[in-house]
Amino acid sequence: MEILIIALPLLASVISGFFGKYIGDRNSELITSLLVSVSAILSILVLYEVIVYNYEDNIILATWINSGSLNVNWSIKIDALSAVMLVVVTSVSSLVHIYSIGYMSHDPHKPRFMAYLSLFTFAMLMLVTSDNFIQLFFGWEGVGLCSYFLIGFWFKKDTANAAAIKAFIVNRVGDFGFALGIFLIFYMFDTVNYNEVFQQIPSIIDKKLLFLGVELNAVDLICLLLFVGAMGKSAQILLHTWLPDAMEGPTPVSALIHAATMVTAGVFLIVRCSPIYEYSELALNVITIVGMSTAFFAATVALVQTDIKKIIAYSTCSQLGYMFFATGVGAYNVAMFHLFTHAFFKALLFLGSGSVIHAFKDEQNIEKMGGVWKKLPYTYSLMIIGTLALTGFPFLSGFYSKDAIIEFAYLRGNTTGYYAAGIGIFTALLTSIYSWRLMFKTFHGEYNNKEIKIEETHESPLVMLLPLILLSLGAIFSGFVFKELFISQESQVNFWQNSIFFLEPLSTDHPPFWFLIITPLLVIISIPIAFYFFVVNKDLAKRIASVNKPLYEFLVKKWYFDELYEILFIKSSKKLGLILWKFFDVKIIDGFGPDGISALIKKFSLKANKFQSGYIYQYAFVMLVGFSALLTFLIVK
Amino acid sequence: MNFPILSSLILLPSIGALFLLFIRSEKSKRTVKYVSLFTSLVNFFLSIYLWILFDYKTSEFQFVEDRIWIENLINYKVGVDGISILFIILTTFITPLCIISVNNSIKDRLAEFLIAVLIMESFMIGVFCSLDLVVFYLFFEAGLIPMFLIIGIWGGSRRVYSAFKFFLYTLLGSVLMLVAIISIYWISGTTDITKLYELGIDVKYQNLLWLAFFSSFAVKTPMWPVHTWLPDAHVEAPTAGSVLLAAILLKMAGYGFIRFSLGLFPVASETFTPLIYSLSVIAIIFTSLIALMQEDMKKLIAYSSVAHMGFVTLGIFTIQQQGIEGSIIQMISHGLVSAALFLSVGVVYDRMHSRLINTYGGLVSIIPKYSVLFMIFVLASLGLPGTSGFIGEFLILMGAFKDNFLVAVVASVGVILGAAYILWMYKRVVFGKIINSDLKQMLDLNKSELFILSCLAIPILFFGFYPDPLINTIEVSINDLIKMYNLNLIDK
Repeated sequence: MEILIIALPLLASVISGFFGKYIGDRNSELITSLLVSVSAILSILVLYEVIVYNYEDNIILATWINSGSLNVNWSIKIDALSAVMLVVVTSVSSLVHIYSIGYMSHDPHKPRFMAYLSLFTFAMLMLVTSDNFIQLFFGWEGVGLCSYFLIGFWFKKDTANAAAIKAFIVNRVGDFGFALGIFLIFYMFDTVNYNEVFQQIPSIIDKKLLFLGVELNAVDLICLLLFVGAMGKSAQILLHTWLPDAMEGPTPVSALIHAATMVTAGVFLIVRCSPIYEYSELALNVITIVGMSTAFFAATVALVQTDIKKIIAYSTCSQLGYMFFATGVGAYNVAMFHLFTHAFFKALLFLGSGSVIHAFKDEQNIEKMGGVWKKLPYTYSLMIIGTLALTGFPFLSGFYSKDAIIEFAYLRGNTTGYYAAGIGIFTALLTSIYSWRLMFKTFHGEYNNKEIKIEETHESPLVMLLPLILLSLGAIFSGFVFKELFISQESQVNFWQNSIFFLEPLSTDHPPFWFLIITPLLVIISIPIAFYFFVVNKDLAKRIASVNKPLYEFLVKKWYFDELYEILFIKSSKKLGLILWKFFDVKIIDGFGPDGISALIKKFSLKANKFQSGYIYQYAFVMLVGFSALLTFLIVK
Repeated sequence: MNFPILSSLILLPSIGALFLLFIRSEKSKRTVKYVSLFTSLVNFFLSIYLWILFDYKTSEFQFVEDRIWIENLINYKVGVDGISILFIILTTFITPLCIISVNNSIKDRLAEFLIAVLIMESFMIGVFCSLDLVVFYLFFEAGLIPMFLIIGIWGGSRRVYSAFKFFLYTLLGSVLMLVAIISIYWISGTTDITKLYELGIDVKYQNLLWLAFFSSFAVKTPMWPVHTWLPDAHVEAPTAGSVLLAAILLKMAGYGFIRFSLGLFPVASETFTPLIYSLSVIAIIFTSLIALMQEDMKKLIAYSSVAHMGFVTLGIFTIQQQGIEGSIIQMISHGLVSAALFLSVGVVYDRMHSRLINTYGGLVSIIPKYSVLFMIFVLASLGLPGTSGFIGEFLILMGAFKDNFLVAVVASVGVILGAAYILWMYKRVVFGKIINSDLKQMLDLNKSELFILSCLAIPILFFGFYPDPLINTIEVSINDLIKMYNLNLIDK
C-alpha cells in the first residue's frame, strides 16, 4: 500500500507526460487526478493506522549507492511524522489536480502541466518517506526541479523563465549548505541513515571541529549547515527572494508547491532531525531568530504589495517563519501542527485568488479589482474562511496552531523565547491587517478595472469550487479536530512516539490568561480597523504612505534584497567571469603560453632568415670573419 | 583464456579502417558508413562480453596477454582490472554513436574521417588496457594524431590554429613523460606495470617522475592553467570530433592519474596533493565563472568540461574510497553527458549553422523532442539526483570532505555555479519567445538523432538510479589500490 502511494503519482506523471498526446487532454487530466486521489485516500488510511495502531514501518525498495562504507537505499519510512506529511501532500495535491482541470482549461499544454504536478507529488513523497539523508536530498532536488518546470511553465514569458532559474539557483545555494551538512554527517558517523545517525548523536555532543579556521561544536555545525538548506527551500530571510518571484507560475502551482508542500520541506527537515537539533542550543537559537525575523519581515512587505499572489506569497514566507521559530523553541509538534493547518488555509487562499484572477481574466493587481463580492459569492465566502483561518480568528484552524506557537515561545522562558513571542504577537496583528487589506481591496469598495466590465466577471466552474470547499472544511476544522492529537501533553506518547525527539519534555505550564487573549483580541479588532482604512477612508492610508515615503518605498521594494543581491552576486560574478576569460585565459595564459611561444619562435626564425640571403659575397665575408677569428684565437693561445 | 580478447578489441577497429581504405569511391558513402558502423558495433558487443566475463571480485589484472616485442626490453602486455574496463566500454559505446552522427555533419571525405575515428578507437582502447609503460606511451601519444587530423581537416574556420594549439600543448607535456618512462627503465630495469607495482620506485626519484607524468596528464585532463587549448579545439572540431575529444580523450589523463601517479608514486602523490587540490578547485570555480559568460554553446560546454574534470582530479587525490569511485563514475558520466551535450549542439548547428546562444530562443515550441532530451542532459550536467552526474559529484565531494573541509566547501560552490551557467544557457536557447524567425522552419530530431540521444539518455538515467553495476565493477580494484597506496606510505 505504501508503495502504491508513491508509485501512483509517478505512474500518473509518466502516462500524462509521455502518452498525453495520444490519450488526449481530458483523459490525461482524469487519469492524473484519479491516481493522485487514490494515493491520497491510501495516505489517509496509513495515517489512520498510525493513529490507531501506532503503525511504523521501514520498507527497503532497492539499493541505490553502495560505495565503501556508504550504503544508501531507496526506502519508504512510515511513522507519525511521515504519515502526516503524506496526508498533507497527497490531499492538497489531489485537490490541486482537480482544480487545475478548470483553471488550465484554456491552456494548450494540459498533459504536460498535469505530468509536472504528478511528478512533483512523487518527488515530494520520496522526500518525506526517506529513511536516509541522500534520498531526502533526491526528493529535495526533485521538488526543486519540478518547481523550476512549473514556475517556468509559461515558457514564452521571460519573467517566468527568470523566476524559474532564480528559484532553482537560490535553492541550490541552500542545497550547498545542506549537502555540506550531509558530508559532515557522513564524516562523523560513516553513515547517512537516520536511525544510525540519531543513535550516535549523544556520543559526539562534546566533539569539537576546526572548520574553516573556526572551532565549532560538531553538532552545532551539522545543525547549522542543514538549516541553510532548510532556509533555501522554505524561503527564509536572506534566501527568500525566489518565492515571491515564483508567483509567475500558474496559480495551482503556487497553491501546491509554494504554500502547502515544498516550502514546508525545510520545516519537515528540522523536525525530522529533532534528535540532532535537541543537542544544539546554538542552532535552535539561530533558527528562532531567523524564523521570527522572516515572519516579521515578510509581513511588513505584504502590507504594501499590490499583486494578489505576491501578498499571499509573502504571507506564506511569514507563516513559515512561525513554523521555524516553533521548532527553534523546541516545539516541533506545534510546528508540524501549524504546517498541517497552514497547508489547508493557504492552499485555499491561493486557489481562491486563482479563482479571482480567473474571473478578472488574468489580472493580478488588487488596485484594479474591488466591489465584486456579489459577483463572486462563493469565492468570496470561501476566501473569507481562509483569511479568518490564516489570521487566527478564534476557533478556526489557524487560531489553534498559531497561538500555540506563540504560547510555547513564551513558555520557553528565555530571552529569545520572550522576544519571539512578542514579535509573534505583533506579526499576527500585521498578518491580520494585510490579509484584510487584500480581501477588502479585492472584493469591496468601488470597481476599479477599466478593461473588463463588471458584468463580465464571473464565478468559477464547479470543478474549481469543489476543491475550495473541501479545503475550507480543512481550514475550519483541522485545528479543532487534530489539536489533541498533535499538541496535547500526551501527543508524544500517543502519536509522535519516536518520530520526534524531545530532550526534555515540553513545558506543561500555561501562560497567564492576559497573554492568551492578546492575539485573538488584536485579530478581531484589526478587522474593523482594516475596513475603515481600506474601504471607508482610503485617503488616510495614502496619506500615511506619503508622509512616510522612505519607509513606504523600503517596504514596496521588499527591503531592497533583490537589488542588493543583483550587485553583490550576479553582477560581480558575471564581471569576474569576463575578467577571468578575456584577461586571464586569453591575455595571460594564451599570451605567455602557446601564442607567446609561437610568436617568439617566429621572431627568432625571422631573424635567422636574414642569414640566408643567398648572396655569395655575404657568405664569403662571414666565412672570412670566422676564419680570421679562429686563426687569431689559435695564435693567441 | 586463450582467445586474445583485448588484442582483438584493439585491432578490430583498425582492421575495419583498413577495409575502408579500399572502398574509395565517393559514391559508396553508405557502404563506408555501414562497414565502420558494423566494425564498431562488433567491438562494442565484444567489450560487453568482456564485461560479462570480467570477475569483479579480484583486483588482479585479467585477460592478460604478454608477448615479447623487443627482446629484454619491451613486452607487448595488456590486461584489464576494475579501473580500466569501464573506460574501454565507454570508448566502444561512444564510437558507434559518433559514426551514426556523422550523417549530418561531415559532408566531404567521409571515408577518411571514419578511418580517423576507427583508428582513434583502437588507440584509446590500447591506452586503457596496456600494462607496459612504453606501450601505454605509444598509444597515448598516437591518439593525438587522428584527433589532430580531425580538427585540422574537418574543423571550422580557425581549425589550423586550434589544431596546432592542441598539438603543441599536448606534445610538450608528453615529452617529459617519455623522459620519465626512460628513466624508470634505467632505475627499475623494467617497464612492466605489474612488476613496477611490486617493486615500487625509490622514494628519492618519485617527485621528479611524478611531476613529469603530471605535466602530461595535466594538459590532457585539462587542468587549470593549461586548459586553454580545449575550448578552441572544441569550437573548431566537427561535432563527432568534439564528442570523441570530450568523452574519451579527456579520460586518458584521469585514468593515468589513478593508474600511474597513485599506483607508482604514492609518496610523491601525497606530497603534491595540495597542488592538485588547489588547481582543481581553481579550475572548478574559475572555469565555471568563465562558462557563465560564454556566448558560444560549444565553448560553454568546453569550459564546463574543465570544471567537471576539476572534480575528477579532486576526487582522485582524496585517496578515499568514495572520492576515487566518484571520480571514475564522474568520468564515465561526463563521457556520456558531454558527448550528449555536444551532439545536442550539433543538432541545432546542422540546421542553423550557428553555435551562438543568441541565435536561438523559443526552441521548445518548434522542436519539442529535442528540448526534452536536451533538458535531461542539462540536468545531468548540473548533477541533479537521479542522473549519473549526481552520483559522481556527490561521491567526490563526500570523499573530499573527509580529507579536507576547505577544499570540499569551495568545490561545492562550483555546484551552484554549475547549475547557473548551464540552466541560463538552456533558458536562452530553448525557452522564451521566438525572436529569430528563421528558426520556425527547423525540423525536430530525425530518427538517427533521436536514436543517438536516447542511447545516451538511457544510461545517464539508469546509472543515476542504479549505479551498482559501475560501483561493483570498480570497488575491489579501488579498495586494493588504496590499501597498497597506504602501505607504501607507511613503508617509507
